[in-house]
Amino acid sequence: MAIHPKEQRLVLKYADEPGYTPHIDSYLAHGGYDMLKKAVTMEPQAIIDEVKASTLRGRGGAGFPCGLKWSFVDRKSGKPIYLICNCDESEPGTFKDRQIVHKDPHQLIEGMMISCFANNVAKAFIYIREEMPYGAKILDQAILEAKEKGFVGDNVLGSGYSCDIVVHRGAAAYICGEETGLIESLEGKRANPRIKPPYFPAVLGLYNCPTIVNNVETLCNAVHILDLGAEGFKKIGRPNNAGTRIWCVSGGVQRPGYYEVGEMTLGELVYDVCGGPLPGRSIKAIIPGGSSMKILKNGERYKGKNPDGSEYDWGLEDIPLDYDGIAAAGSMSGSGGMMVLDDTVSIPAALANLMAFYSHESCGQCTPCREGSLWLKKITSRMVHGQARPEDVDLMLDVAGQIAGRTICAFGFAVAWPVQSYIAKFEDEFREYAAHLSDPNADRQAIKELACNG
Amino acid sequence: MDLKPETLAEIEAAIPKYPEAQSAVMPLLHAIQKDQGFISNEAAEWVAEKLGIAPINVLSVVTFYPFFRQHKIGKRHIRVCRTLSCAMAGGSKVCDKMLAEFETELNQVSPGGEVTVEFAECLASCGSAPVMLVDEDLHENLTVEKAKEICDKIKAEAKS
Ligand SMILES: Cc1cc2nc3c(=O)[nH]c(=O)nc-3n(C[C@H](O)[C@H](O)[C@H](O)COP(=O)(O)O)c2cc1C
Ligand code: SF4
Ligand code: FES
Repeated sequence: MAIHPKEQRLVLKYADEPGYTPHIDSYLAHGGYDMLKKAVTMEPQAIIDEVKASTLRGRGGAGFPCGLKWSFVDRKSGKPIYLICNCDESEPGTFKDRQIVHKDPHQLIEGMMISCFANNVAKAFIYIREEMPYGAKILDQAILEAKEKGFVGDNVLGSGYSCDIVVHRGAAAYICGEETGLIESLEGKRANPRIKPPYFPAVLGLYNCPTIVNNVETLCNAVHILDLGAEGFKKIGRPNNAGTRIWCVSGGVQRPGYYEVGEMTLGELVYDVCGGPLPGRSIKAIIPGGSSMKILKNGERYKGKNPDGSEYDWGLEDIPLDYDGIAAAGSMSGSGGMMVLDDTVSIPAALANLMAFYSHESCGQCTPCREGSLWLKKITSRMVHGQARPEDVDLMLDVAGQIAGRTICAFGFAVAWPVQSYIAKFEDEFREYAAHLSDPNADRQAIKELACNG
Repeated sequence: MDLKPETLAEIEAAIPKYPEAQSAVMPLLHAIQKDQGFISNEAAEWVAEKLGIAPINVLSVVTFYPFFRQHKIGKRHIRVCRTLSCAMAGGSKVCDKMLAEFETELNQVSPGGEVTVEFAECLASCGSAPVMLVDEDLHENLTVEKAKEICDKIKAEAKS
């Protein structure tokens, strides 16, 4: 994909360079594994300190500080410590890890090996979703190549440190992206998430051993932190939002795709980089960080107080494109999967589409999630099919309210947030919809296609 | 169990990769499903025996994960993404075209046995929506016309 001049590429620096291949020779020709060579001469704790100082935050969804996560690892248990790279990439709207794994797998392996060395890990896993079969093959091949050169396996670079990486394929279940569901799956079980406490992976993770779970993009950044130093890394982006982020933009823009950027606003990304809406259309709303995140409505003002006491008052396009910026607008940057909804998109139909997703993907352990997501699918579906009932909007809010915060894992919020936020911002559309679409003569073809749930 | 030699080799290579044998359930099921097309009860029992776990622990995995199946499907496995970005880009029409071309319905083996068409959830390629998987191959930026071309190719390959 063509690189936009406003991009600042770090993780995807070489991925789209003409002639660059996933083979180790390409990576080595670009200084690949130099940071691992540096790492094995360092004190492991010094690497952890550097990652902490960099303020790197997780790129998988929650944005948790990476160095802090590593510092929670129980190092006194006497049990082995495991590291798992989360390459489930199943949050709708997200397609960045796919680029890294298919185009520059060695960068991920180097990032993992640095992280493993820092945390005294002797066995690491890459959990990759089943729907990326070539990605799994590319990673297997890359690990073989890295082993031949002494970057992975026994006695890494003659340092006396040994660590193996195993690629593990999922089987098409979204919940395997949730870290404790992932761990259960890797243990050969159903991916039923575990309850926290006590099952914090850093203490009781894989095989009840201390375990680090990090996203693909997060782990790649370990390479760049060693390269730029924590201070250099922090120069990219606003304070507390250090480094670049790969944004995945899909839906109603002229140039959908993945874009790695430093500091910029949401408007710059959507209008300048992605070319804005299609001709004759306008942007209605944006789901900023994967389908689980709350929707942002165009035309709304986003107001509040900055940490320094000053006030902000933003339109959609002014929102700073980072963790804190999007949080200040009431949503989350999540996985970086941005879905743009233009004025042709019916919000209730979009919600029906997502509720079909969530009811299909609930692992079924918690009654509110299992029953609630199915109920929400049925209600949104009957709205789309012209059988809405007057009480449906209130009923949906009631059901969503009974899921949020009452489940084992954060999937419950992922079901409730779209319902609550879409109704809060587009209530008129839902109510009008219910009334209008009971009309037996209404043309429902387009909305049925958008809901796409049979 | 009548497994191909390469399947058996894959299975033997997978087990020692894991600190605990049960972790190899999914790789074993992947290998067997590729070999046999689906996971029979016999296969589930074989995996259980191989890993020293109870058959129920294998079956509970088979029945949890959408990719593992207990029945035969068509020669080619077609999965059209149905999630929002693909739906906004016309994924539904692409799916309808696939079904019409093979005179079949969702999740059924087509009358000629060529395909089984299913919906899939977000395939992590939303920037080139709509997309679908034909077995292991991802097809991007689909249109009804492109879908027709893919169908023609599958039909031609099914005949030869
Ligand atoms: C329902 C659900 C799905 C998730 N899916 C993914 C995913 O596909 N990939 C991912 O990296 N993290 C996913 N996460 C977040 C992980 O639980 C975990 O926080 C993350 O992998 C940690 O890595 P990070 O700190 O590097 O971001 C998901 C979380 C939830 C609740
Ligand atoms: S919230 Fe839903 S997905 Fe998470 S554990 Fe409960 S039932 Fe499973
Ligand atoms: S919505 Fe179809 S690939 Fe993501």
